[in-house]
Amino acid sequence: MRYFLRRLGHAFLMLIGVSLLSFFFTTLAPGNYLDEMRLDPQIAPETLAALRAQYQLDQPLPVRYVSWLNSLIHGKMGFSFAYNSPVAPLLMVRARNTLLLTIIATLFAWGLALPLGVWSAEHLGRLPDRLLSWGTAVGLVLPDLALALGLLLLAVKTGWLPPGGMVSVDFESFSLLHKLGDLLQHMILPVAALVLSSLPLLVRHVRAAVADVLGAPFLVAAKGHGIPKRRLLYHYALRAAANPLISLFGFSVGTLLSGSLLVEVVMSWPGLGPFLLEAILARDLYVVIGGVLLSTLFLLGGNFLADVFLYWADPRIRKENGAG
Amino acid sequence: MTRRVLTRWLIVLLGLHGLVVCAGFFSPYNPAEQDRNHVYLPPQLLHLVDPTGHLHFRPFVYPWKLRPDTPDLREEDTAHPLPLRFFVNGAHYRLLGVFPARLHLFGGEDTRICLLGTDAYGRDQFSRFLYGGQISLLAGFLGAALTLLLGTLVGSVAGYFGGLIDDALMRFAELFLALPWLYLLFALRAFLPLAVSPLKAFFLIIGVIGAVGWARPGRLIRGVVLSAKERDFVRAARGFGATDRYLLWNHVLPETRGVILTQAAILIPQFVLAEMTLSFLGLGVPEPVPSWGNLLSNLQQYSVLVSYWWMYLPALLMVPFFLGYLGLASSLQERTETYMIERRSLGGVT
Repeated sequence: MRYFLRRLGHAFLMLIGVSLLSFFFTTLAPGNYLDEMRLDPQIAPETLAALRAQYQLDQPLPVRYVSWLNSLIHGKMGFSFAYNSPVAPLLMVRARNTLLLTIIATLFAWGLALPLGVWSAEHLGRLPDRLLSWGTAVGLVLPDLALALGLLLLAVKTGWLPPGGMVSVDFESFSLLHKLGDLLQHMILPVAALVLSSLPLLVRHVRAAVADVLGAPFLVAAKGHGIPKRRLLYHYALRAAANPLISLFGFSVGTLLSGSLLVEVVMSWPGLGPFLLEAILARDLYVVIGGVLLSTLFLLGGNFLADVFLYWADPRIRKENGAG
Repeated sequence: MTRRVLTRWLIVLLGLHGLVVCAGFFSPYNPAEQDRNHVYLPPQLLHLVDPTGHLHFRPFVYPWKLRPDTPDLREEDTAHPLPLRFFVNGAHYRLLGVFPARLHLFGGEDTRICLLGTDAYGRDQFSRFLYGGQISLLAGFLGAALTLLLGTLVGSVAGYFGGLIDDALMRFAELFLALPWLYLLFALRAFLPLAVSPLKAFFLIIGVIGAVGWARPGRLIRGVVLSAKERDFVRAARGFGATDRYLLWNHVLPETRGVILTQAAILIPQFVLAEMTLSFLGLGVPEPVPSWGNLLSNLQQYSVLVSYWWMYLPALLMVPFFLGYLGLASSLQERTETYMIERRSLGGVT
């Protein structure tokens, strides 16, 4: 228990650090959201000054940080200049869309990577393994951008799938079932891009981890006992190879919010990625800080999840950290 | 074995980079030269056999003509083949940015030959790809150099001196590791001026990339330094009265060479991708300077995606570069590992 508390405390300090760091960067920024307004002759200087005071842009950094912390506690995460509303609800809608995409993609990726990696390790050095190694190498060197654009190009050329977006224009008029179908149809492309871009690395890790334990004496013994190959591979070998994979899974969970940024922008999926890009271009500072903080929270959460799983899966770690 | 593989990948990479570094020679035209009469021309395929079935030793292309009674569909005009000329004089350029020259590997006689087609301004995509590589690869190189410099500095100081400095630096590094790096890149870019000249934008990007990436190599280098400073020969040298500076420079840092080289092979393509991403999204090197990112950025328009598929071709041409770096990184990694294992088995107790 103390182990987890220490971990949580560490993560909390980390979040404070990240928020401080983002705030520090904002002071380096030349100009702010109001600069654009200043060029507009229709807006009086008094109005601008009032807005500056309202957004606290005239306050020194520590004051702004404290008042931002205050709004964080109240669940607002600061104020968006462009949307004229608290940041948190805006982020939540976008984060939901992103998660819808990435959770499904992550499940698919792991569901494919585990059997493929085990299969590859089983045939280590032989033809299937070699083919798969080449396949993953191609996947690794194809830039995510090229992959996403290529899939989009394919969809546009063949007309099989809708070219981006999350729902059709007349989505609201559809029946419930039709809505679901429409959503799924729009999801195929971005999910495919995400799965294909993360799969090669996952397969390689699974293969390496399983190949590491395949020669172990206990597996030879188990084989000698006539335990079927499937059970041997998935029940014994995979379990012994689990530790690095659990850490990797934690990382997968951690990048749920941040990993799909490029794909979202390319396929115009209304997730966190395009939202953040827009905010950057508009200098909507608190939205940027909120987005960075939220994705950091996920990354830390993913690491924490991996720690919990490791603790649960590996008796050595349990023993090391007190409780038995 | 690994040595031979390593050399092979190095040769591949050298060749590819040679193409980009000497872009002026290998590309037939100036990347900024516009031709508003030939906008969005499809790629011209190199032919060796003409319609009558005769084989020619000099490759030739067909010019594009509008298909009769269509407004915008083109077809090859097989009646007027354009032979490729080699080593022709053309647009002026500076080789390696220094030597003025006008010799090009190939070119057309009086009509332009665009192997990858042309873009919205009628600029030759092939030339833009090669020149764009200069920007993107240089950004990758300089970004990696800056990152490794920072990483080595932090890693060696933290590892060598230990104690409070070590703790403070490593906590700081963890902060940077905790942030999703593409977001960090974005955030940092967000807080810097948006509309800048291409040259300034270029150095801005390198600065941002370098500032974001130092934590990982820093940690790795710290680990190597940590074990290197306890080696027997280092201890002996210290016993003879060597100063910290001497020890770091002559005994400890040379040990990190393998890690630094491997990291460079991993970081360079990663940073090329970072530059591409930023430029693709319009946060990086702006037009009219070509870079691999903004070469692809017009694919964000639906109409381009639908009608001009060849704008995607540069994305595929980049793949060999990344393949080369992947090969280099994995063979370097293998070499460093075997080297470590050898030394351990030779009885390096520490």
